[in-house]
Amino acid sequence: MLDETSTPLLFYSSPKLEERILNDQPVLQVNSITKRFPGVVANEDVSLALYPGEILALLGENGAGKSTLMNVIYGLYQPSEGEIFVKGQPVSMNSPRDAIALGIGMVHQHFQLVPVMTVAENIMLGSESVKNGLLDTRAVARRITELSERYNLAVDPYAVIEDLPVGVRQRVEIVKALYRNVDILILDEPTAVLTPQEIDGLFEVMNLLKSQGHSIIFITHKLKEVLRVADRIAVLRDGKLVGQTTPHDSTEAELAAMMVGREVILTVDKTAAHPGAAVLEIDGVAARDDLGQPALRGVSLAVHAGEIVGVAGVQGNGQTELVEVLTGLRHADGGHIRINGQELTNASPRQITDAGQMSHVPEDRHAYGMVASYDVAHNMVLNSYYRPPFARAGVINEPAIHQYATQLVAEFDVRTPSVDALAGSLSGGNQQKMVVAREFSRPLKLLVVAQPTRGIDVGSIEFIHNQIVSKRDEGVAVLVVSSELDEIMALSDRIAVMYKGEIIDIVPRSQATREGLGLLMAGVKD
Amino acid sequence: MEGWKGASVNQLVWKRTQLISIVVIALLLLMAILVNTTALRQQTWLRVLFGISALNFMLRASVPLILGALSGILCERSGIINIGIEGMMLAGAFGAFFFKVQTNSWPLLASLMVGVLAALLVGGLMGFLHALFSIRYRMDQIISGTVIIVLATGITSYLFDRDAVAQGKFGEIRIPLLADIPVIGNVLFNNPPITYLALILVVVLHVAIFYTRWGLRTRAVGEHPSAADTVGINVNRFRYLNTTLGGMLAGLAGGFLVLEAVGQFQEGMTAGRGFIALAAMIFGNWNPFGALAAALLFGYTQALQNELLLAGVTTIPRQFVSMLPYVVTIVAVAGFVGRVRPPAAEGKVYETEAH
Repeated sequence: MLDETSTPLLFYSSPKLEERILNDQPVLQVNSITKRFPGVVANEDVSLALYPGEILALLGENGAGKSTLMNVIYGLYQPSEGEIFVKGQPVSMNSPRDAIALGIGMVHQHFQLVPVMTVAENIMLGSESVKNGLLDTRAVARRITELSERYNLAVDPYAVIEDLPVGVRQRVEIVKALYRNVDILILDEPTAVLTPQEIDGLFEVMNLLKSQGHSIIFITHKLKEVLRVADRIAVLRDGKLVGQTTPHDSTEAELAAMMVGREVILTVDKTAAHPGAAVLEIDGVAARDDLGQPALRGVSLAVHAGEIVGVAGVQGNGQTELVEVLTGLRHADGGHIRINGQELTNASPRQITDAGQMSHVPEDRHAYGMVASYDVAHNMVLNSYYRPPFARAGVINEPAIHQYATQLVAEFDVRTPSVDALAGSLSGGNQQKMVVAREFSRPLKLLVVAQPTRGIDVGSIEFIHNQIVSKRDEGVAVLVVSSELDEIMALSDRIAVMYKGEIIDIVPRSQATREGLGLLMAGVKD
Repeated sequence: MEGWKGASVNQLVWKRTQLISIVVIALLLLMAILVNTTALRQQTWLRVLFGISALNFMLRASVPLILGALSGILCERSGIINIGIEGMMLAGAFGAFFFKVQTNSWPLLASLMVGVLAALLVGGLMGFLHALFSIRYRMDQIISGTVIIVLATGITSYLFDRDAVAQGKFGEIRIPLLADIPVIGNVLFNNPPITYLALILVVVLHVAIFYTRWGLRTRAVGEHPSAADTVGINVNRFRYLNTTLGGMLAGLAGGFLVLEAVGQFQEGMTAGRGFIALAAMIFGNWNPFGALAAALLFGYTQALQNELLLAGVTTIPRQFVSMLPYVVTIVAVAGFVGRVRPPAAEGKVYETEAH
């Protein structure tokens, strides 16, 4: 009854696993789960089992249905069809409270912690210890210290969450789950916000939890991590379980193919760069963040024609502010920005895009890259609607826009029913291809690309990466900002690492290693 | 305070503000004792500023502001903006008056208690209505609050019987021994019951918000509702509960005006106190003790206005003197915007992920 997968590409080839399936009772088992939303089937006939003391990786692209399935298991959604068994008993869960009572805990991708409260307050929330009507914070703190020691998860119960770095907040989330005595732990994209060293630490914790009998479901789309830490791997695609395997029996390429449904080239094919003259010169730029705190403390960097400079760093070290200052979206308090030798510090976005011949693919496409409630055609001319042939004497020329958009949609493989479809109705990957189509299709000297492949499918990633490299080969200077180290390593000719608002080092790609970059990202420079 | 451990910039600024308020209050108290027990009493200006009558007036003027601000704190800590305090207060005042008049023939104390219960009930009803608009019907909370004010103004004015007279009001209860302390005893321990209740409620709410299960959950719901939801807390139930309780406190403030201060109802008798209470809540950074300090400050400016006019020590036209409390409110709130920090999820509808 466990092999109800529709297309078992690879399935239980390891003898040890066979043995386990015959002998052990799963701690958690879902049978033929289907979850429908109006107009969408998010999960279709998914059956999966989790065994005691194992790490099961749930692999799939964004939108494959991983989160929906986990929300069903965590009681946030009720399945449309199918059954859930916990430790052999059929269960029905109406809220996370029920799931917690059954020993299921979840660490969400977006941390569910109250920033102004202390660690202890956050951990006890919903399961408070009360003595004489008042919160027994000391008892809670004792319990937290006990758990931190036992699982090697150092947290200070009295620290306030907003003062803690992301890595520590994640530890708090894990302790919060353990505090509720869960033995099944769901980790939703836990490595997305961590440095490579923090990821190592997390994996150690996961192994420690496993050795103490906990079962873990590890949700991710990162193939390397799956192969490193998982005992078994289940792959979801388009809401269906397409196969189960083990790290022992599979390779990155095979897993990628299962995820996407076709062969995928994981490395970016590119020749050596031939850098020309400096196009973008950033000299001692300083700026503050939205809260008025210093975010950039004297950043200097040059990007030459025909090269890709990657900016690596843990999120929140000034990358966002740097891109905003470069593109005219944030005021620089000091320093100079020159594009093609022209002083463009604190110029308006239009001055910069016109005079500097710069294009910008913003990190948050929903907020800055597109208008979700406009159709694809109008989104394609957001940076050029005001000039001929799209506008004459202030009047928009619809046929010209329509024709231009149709051409771009074909050229950039944007999958949309027509250019009249609303941009918001497209998948993330196609939205991003639309933004890329618009930004790449104009005379260009400089390209600023932030998080170009965040939240999009592997197929689109491949396409966008190739587009970026081909722009470089045309002699465009490219600045790529990404929190995905793999992406930076794949694309860049030189890598600048940001830490606390400064560029801590610039490394040629040939000399860069994951470990070295990871240390720089954590602020360690020898 | 539990909620303020740690050392963010905001919190340090706030700690400094707390320290300054404590120093100011201590100085005020010192001056009051000096002026009222020594020959300094002879100085008209000092008497206007620090005399027993000014202090008594300050406390009386503060009570509706304290209760109103606590009402706001209850709602907003759970994430519901309450600019309708003014309306809830007015409705509470009318409810108290109406039922006081109906029970005029009863023994005075019983009749007054009926008035208090009516104030709580009517205020709570208005609070519940606000919650219903904001949560169930997802109305913008500012608009819903405005609706509450307009509704209360209209209904109370329509239903108000101008010939009705309420007989009697709450008198002072002198607390033995404590009331004999010079100056302080006279000001603090010789008051009518709702005044005591307001002061006690400040302490009770402080403890409840920062040291009980209900308070922890309330704060979580107001700051990060999905964090509360994912540990199984029913976000909207907390918001209904707190907004209704908040309405009851605003109603009690109205009850104070009718049953303890004036003795009668007048149209629009809250005269902006709900808004000043709102200012006190903001100035007090959504903390009960902060709100108490702010309410006392605003109450003091009202007392000052009153004393200045009575003593006739100034030639400034009385219209300008009357502006004093409002000007101080504007200056105080304007100067503190950006330093205080409202609950993060305030004003946002929370939709559970559950399907």
